[in-house]
Amino acid sequence: MAKIVAATGNEAVANALRQVDPDVCAAYPITPQTELMQRFSSFVSDGIVKTELILVESEHSAMSACVGAAAGGGRVVTATSSQGLALMWEILFIASGLRLPVIMPVVNRALSAPINIHGDHSDAMGARDSGWIQLWSENAQEAYDNTIQAFRIAEHLNVRLPVMICLDGFIISHSIERVEYLEDSDVQNFVGDYRRVNPLLDIEHPVSYGPLILPDYYMEFRKAHDDVMAGVDEVVLKTGDEFEKISGRRYGLFEKYRIDDAEIGMVILGSAAGTSKDVIDGFRDMGIKAGLLKPRLFRPFPYEEVGSALNHLKAVCVLDRADAFGGSYGQLFLDISTSLYPFEKKPILINKIYGLGGRDYLPEHAEFVLKELAGIAETSKVRTFKEYIGVRE
Amino acid sequence: MKLKGWKEVTPGAVILEAGSAAHFKTGSWRAFRPIWKEEYCIQCLFCWLYCPDMAIKVRDGKRAEFDYDYCKGCGVCAFECPGKKGNKAIVMEEEGK
Repeated sequence: MAKIVAATGNEAVANALRQVDPDVCAAYPITPQTELMQRFSSFVSDGIVKTELILVESEHSAMSACVGAAAGGGRVVTATSSQGLALMWEILFIASGLRLPVIMPVVNRALSAPINIHGDHSDAMGARDSGWIQLWSENAQEAYDNTIQAFRIAEHLNVRLPVMICLDGFIISHSIERVEYLEDSDVQNFVGDYRRVNPLLDIEHPVSYGPLILPDYYMEFRKAHDDVMAGVDEVVLKTGDEFEKISGRRYGLFEKYRIDDAEIGMVILGSAAGTSKDVIDGFRDMGIKAGLLKPRLFRPFPYEEVGSALNHLKAVCVLDRADAFGGSYGQLFLDISTSLYPFEKKPILINKIYGLGGRDYLPEHAEFVLKELAGIAETSKVRTFKEYIGVRE
Repeated sequence: MKLKGWKEVTPGAVILEAGSAAHFKTGSWRAFRPIWKEEYCIQCLFCWLYCPDMAIKVRDGKRAEFDYDYCKGCGVCAFECPGKKGNKAIVMEEEGK
């Protein structure tokens, strides 16, 4: 039987890690992730998990220790935010390039400068192309569920790639919500025993990690990585099906909310999707056919499926909680735009940048966007393709 | 040797065969060549110990010839060589001279 609790997102994710009981955890504190690892380290100190906790001097070291432990043959976790993820940047590519299934909750926070500790997607967007899988969460429940599923996805023998579980800093990490915890035994059966692949500590079968690969072979390894990425969506869907059997909660590549018969739509990641859905319900009550698409698997991005889910709309606004400076539009917009490009019939696309550095995303922001979309759908006239909303002139 | 395609390479570039560095010959990198002068050699085997690759052969416990397939010409052996009566048993000579 599931247990219903009131928990913060950090607490829920720490509890998921407790239930999995990984072999090794290397962590360094950073707001707003600190509470997550503080709670997990209490499980270690209290002897509730058997995890070897490695306290390191930086996130660069944390990820390096994770790489070593995962190459050694362990099931490995860490967690970080913002500057911590930025400091890991070099080693992120090593973890993915060595095909090590490290699991890392990323409690999303803005990047400095100016320094800011609040919720924003700039950190994970900076790691967008690092070869990691990214699963995004709308609330504490999804963060908990994604963490458990991440182990199955990362460790699948056709995948063997690291996974980031993204949850909005403070909004999800520190807000107390209703969360359903699965039974420990159900989680353990779901993730199963860790299957080691070419572990360094198997001294009967010595292997070497990290050789120099010169121009005669480097491209072959990159192509192989790209090919593995292309198969991740299938594993994510199968894992979601299995997870539904033990939880009753359904997970796909993205969530469609009242979008199939919609004329206007919003695309939005993370916690702001919840606020938007509520406003969409109000617009539906007024007879305006509005809907929403919330990406879950952001890397690898399911371009074809997302494009097929959106191409029937008249107007779509992609909302980004980060900006790709110099790329003209936000990161999510660029992917949605790419998803729709192959279709002959496609909606008019606009981009709004919102909520940077923890700026509140309010129902009136969603109303403003939906009204603008309704106008575009009617007139096909666009006032501006990209703008910041909720910002003072 | 036929190069492997992307479907054939090991995931994560992990090397599954122990001692496979022997297949990777680095002698072509060399700009200076170490020359062994046996008459000044005291058989200390410092050169064998310090060589970062496997360019120095040892046979029956005795210093044998250089294996130039693996010598990058780093000069560590010549630097460490104590020699005999002020004469080094390993000296570096420029390649192509």
